[in-house]
Amino acid sequence: MRKLYLPLIVLLLFVVIIGGSWLRIFNEYWQLVLLFMGINIILTVSLNLINGYMGEFSCGHAGFMAVGAYVTGILTVWLFAEDKVFGLPVLPAAWAIPLFPVALIIGAVAASLVGLLIAIPSFRTRGDYLAIVTLAVNYIVKSAIENMEVIGGPRGFVGMKRVMNNMADVLDVPWLLIWTFIGMIVTILIIRNFMSSTFGKGVEAIREDEIAAELMSVNTRRVKVVVFMLSCGLAGLAGGLFAHWPGGYVNPGTFTILKSTEVMVMVYLGGMGSISGSIISAIGFTLLLEVLRPLGVFKWVVIPLLLVVMMLLRPTGILGNRELTDVFPRLRAIFGSEEESYALASD
Amino acid sequence: MTLAIFLQHLLNALQWGSFYALIALGYTMVYGVLLLINFAHGDIFMVGAYIGFFIATFLLGVVSNGATPLPLWASWLILILTILGSMVLTAGVGVGIERVAYRPLRERGAGRLYLVITALMIGMFLEYLNLATLGAADRGFPELIETQIYTVGGVSFTNVKLIVIGLAVLVMVVLELIVRRTKIGMAMRAISYDKVAVPLMGVPMNVIISATFVIGSSLAALAGIMYGSAYHILSFDMGILIGWKAFIAAVVGGIGEIRGAMVGGFLLGFIEIFVVAMGQIPGFEWLSSTYRDLVAFTILLVILTIKPTGIFGVARRQKV
Repeated sequence: MRKLYLPLIVLLLFVVIIGGSWLRIFNEYWQLVLLFMGINIILTVSLNLINGYMGEFSCGHAGFMAVGAYVTGILTVWLFAEDKVFGLPVLPAAWAIPLFPVALIIGAVAASLVGLLIAIPSFRTRGDYLAIVTLAVNYIVKSAIENMEVIGGPRGFVGMKRVMNNMADVLDVPWLLIWTFIGMIVTILIIRNFMSSTFGKGVEAIREDEIAAELMSVNTRRVKVVVFMLSCGLAGLAGGLFAHWPGGYVNPGTFTILKSTEVMVMVYLGGMGSISGSIISAIGFTLLLEVLRPLGVFKWVVIPLLLVVMMLLRPTGILGNRELTDVFPRLRAIFGSEEESYALASD
Repeated sequence: MTLAIFLQHLLNALQWGSFYALIALGYTMVYGVLLLINFAHGDIFMVGAYIGFFIATFLLGVVSNGATPLPLWASWLILILTILGSMVLTAGVGVGIERVAYRPLRERGAGRLYLVITALMIGMFLEYLNLATLGAADRGFPELIETQIYTVGGVSFTNVKLIVIGLAVLVMVVLELIVRRTKIGMAMRAISYDKVAVPLMGVPMNVIISATFVIGSSLAALAGIMYGSAYHILSFDMGILIGWKAFIAAVVGGIGEIRGAMVGGFLLGFIEIFVVAMGQIPGFEWLSSTYRDLVAFTILLVILTIKPTGIFGVARRQKV
């Protein structure tokens, strides 16, 4: 019976969010906020894998997001929409519905391949030098996109709106929110299960002491490649979803260091190595941005100050490296894995 | 590319590299002592430039009524006063940030990366405080010294360019002397070598850390004023890109090493200027200036892959 709690909660959330959006109970503004929340959760949880669990310092997450956004966006526009560059759609619009997740996955795979660019230097480099590699990769990706005139160069790439409209014409449900929700749940599950596997223990061993981990038969190279590719791939997934936001365009200016900084802030605010912390801080940070919107320019004066004060009060982030279930053990009955809830029952 | 054109680009590259090198020095000194990437440093550069702008405008307003050109000694005096005033005030800002934001965190034993995030936040705070209080319009930095253009053998250069390059080189020599020959420099090197034992030997950690921030911030202020004098445009976000790039330059040179910051800064300046310059050579027309970042960072990435600790960086041996 206990096992069913978590799926039931997820299902309930799904029904509330998607149903609410479908019936227009949430207006378009709130749908947009929900969308960004979901995307931010994916970004934060995936970056937490590198920065929190493996203890490396990647500050170029937006670069991988950009790769995912462009690859997915170009694919869907090429396949399902009429476009100045690609001409008539290759496939009928109805196909967009089943094939949309495939495009998302291809974008994620492309991003994870670019992730190899930082995975390979990470064999020999650690810490701040690797931080620079990630920073440089972010610049390189942005600069490369800016120089590709075919996909709009610095002006950006448009056309995703038509794809979404075509999908809505076939069946009018909030497609993007549905896929964002699914992507978010899949991301959280992947990272959670990954970290409780033996592979995940290897990741934590690398964070504590790389040499000792190597001696204890952790294949550090393999672990690093997998971690970087997984994390970057999920960032690409977030990018692919972001590319189809109602604004209908992506441009390289979105994926600068500032975007990477935002994701980093969410990771450290939530706590390094805490999935529930990441989720809480991603939701909280997105809401904070919206709540402070009336302040105008002063928003960005207040937010950094708030965060600095928060750091001073809680120097390890909201949850530190603990999970919500460690802080409130009763929650383990709902969120914990099976053994944990049995252990709780036998207490 | 004829020799004259080459020399022309070389001079431009030296000037451009001077800014990177001066900012990179601030990064590298703080890093050497604290192992902290002070991401607010690019914005300290911006603060320094703005403080310089206000001092210079104020002094110009006091001295002249705007009609008659100033005598030469007066404009030099204003330049020197602007530089000194801005260096002192910006150093105050740098140390203030250290006292208010970094030191309490450090004393609470927060992780190194939390300090980095705090630094990022402080940088953002400085940028947007500027934007919110001074407005989004760019400021024109006053021409403190009348620009003169000299031409020698087809190479033309301005007196400002010479002053920028000369000051940058002078500062680096002085800094190298401070770090190598003085007691405080010895303490800095000692702290970067061993953070546990050195305070036990009676070295006052906090004084040394403050001194590091004073030096780093005042160098950033100097770079800010030089930048203003050379390009005459100040904006609230001028420190972001140049700051990140200077940090990359510092790491490529080998972070924590003063010579590394110089070499890294000038190297980045050279690459950026010459990528653009190459576009004028027949056969390389495709290499437009938009490729600047792409080529520059790819080269730096290759350098870091071959030599993971930077050009001058020494890999510290790890005890197993």
